[in-house]
Amino acid sequence: MTTTSDTLTDAPAPARRRGTGTPATRALGIATIVAMGWLVAFGLGFSPADRDQEEAVRILYVHVPTVWLAYLAFVVAALCSGLYLFTKKHSLGFDRVAGASAEIGVVFMALTLVSGMLWGRITWGVFWQWDARLTTTAFLFVTYVGYLAVRNLGGSHRQRARRSAVIGLLAVVEIPLVHFSVEMWRSLHQEASVANPTGGTKMDGLMLFSLFVGVVAFTLLYVWLLLHRTRGMAMQDLIEDRGLDSALADRRSEGAMS
Amino acid sequence: MTRWRIARLIARKDLRIEWRSRVLINQVLPFAGVTMVMFAFALDATSVLERVAPGLIWLATLFSLLILVQRSFGVEADDGALDALRVAGIDPIGIFWGKALALAVQLAVLEIVLLVAAILLYGAVVPLGGVVLLVTTLVTATGGLACVGTLYGGLTAGFSGRETLLPLLVLPVVAPVLIGATRAVEAALGTGGVALSEGWPWIGLLAVFAVAFGVGGALAFGPLIDESN
Repeated sequence: MTTTSDTLTDAPAPARRRGTGTPATRALGIATIVAMGWLVAFGLGFSPADRDQEEAVRILYVHVPTVWLAYLAFVVAALCSGLYLFTKKHSLGFDRVAGASAEIGVVFMALTLVSGMLWGRITWGVFWQWDARLTTTAFLFVTYVGYLAVRNLGGSHRQRARRSAVIGLLAVVEIPLVHFSVEMWRSLHQEASVANPTGGTKMDGLMLFSLFVGVVAFTLLYVWLLLHRTRGMAMQDLIEDRGLDSALADRRSEGAMS
Repeated sequence: MTRWRIARLIARKDLRIEWRSRVLINQVLPFAGVTMVMFAFALDATSVLERVAPGLIWLATLFSLLILVQRSFGVEADDGALDALRVAGIDPIGIFWGKALALAVQLAVLEIVLLVAAILLYGAVVPLGGVVLLVTTLVTATGGLACVGTLYGGLTAGFSGRETLLPLLVLPVVAPVLIGATRAVEAALGTGGVALSEGWPWIGLLAVFAVAFGVGGALAFGPLIDESN
């Protein structure tokens, strides 16, 4: 197992093609744009305003899909961390997918928090409520920001991969504990004072469909981002390896000249 | 050498370094004391202080934990001692348990001092009936904190920027301990009329936390500190 020559079977030759796009991802990108257009049309245009939440309900067409996709991204990150550690080959590909997925998850989670705060200010009158779900979500966000910081600690690619995989798996231990304790903290102190945004109320058909469009659009966006980011990371690793190799070669030729 | 013997030797080495350098007594305990005084400046009312005393004890403990962990792995990383231990073929699980044990002893001393400070400065009262709950809380919470501290201390040991990264990693993880231990100590002290029986469910949470990170940390510690290839 060498550090400097990680096998990059799918890495494109940089001279021939610049960028991380392929025909498949380009088609996916176009589909994403179309789906986003649909979401704008349905979310802002066709779907009706809510009786209680009025126009603020439109925020949920972004809020709900992003939080689902963020959870999916973190599950993918944990799975790939496990696959990296427990498969024989210890393929760096899994590590890059985990890292890319966690990055996208953090961005989506930030979107969720911001859109949720705006929605809360309009509907509840406050930006933040110390309820169990909100608090756990905030912790999840901070935890994965920490995970990304660990990825940037430095060292060889293999060191980075093993360290971040272990941290990625520890998050799986940590998140249920945080969730459980926050839930216990709130339930002993006060009943949930906030009405559940969707529970109990029947959703209008067109609203449900708009939400569905939102989930589809953001899923496409997630996959598209994941593919590009993973390839970008592979290229970055390649550059670092090449940089080391060429520096070695330079020093050697210097030595030969003198 | 058995794992347990390794752990005891490492813990004894850490505590001996601590005893000779006096960092805990001369620096960490005074820092914790200053923190408690600063809390009093920020929350200027005796009734408020008495009400929030349990939370402040644990907050001061968490801040001091970060310093203790830095210190605990600083002495290992400076001369490459951790690598030397690995090269000597010493079981990483034993190292983990040893470091955690030494950290737990230091934390326990710290918590007792902070508790006394809360009694003296904030007017907290320890009823006789709450002593058993209080001691159980201290033991379980200390176990959990020591395991988490050792785990993430080992991860960041030897990296530049570990001083800033450690709090970001550790504080979200120990949030359950802050919540659980604060509520349990509130029940033990009867702060704000909380019944004694309300404290025991939190002990369950603290125990689960300590076991989860005791086992998970021991398993993860080897791969984390292993810097080969």
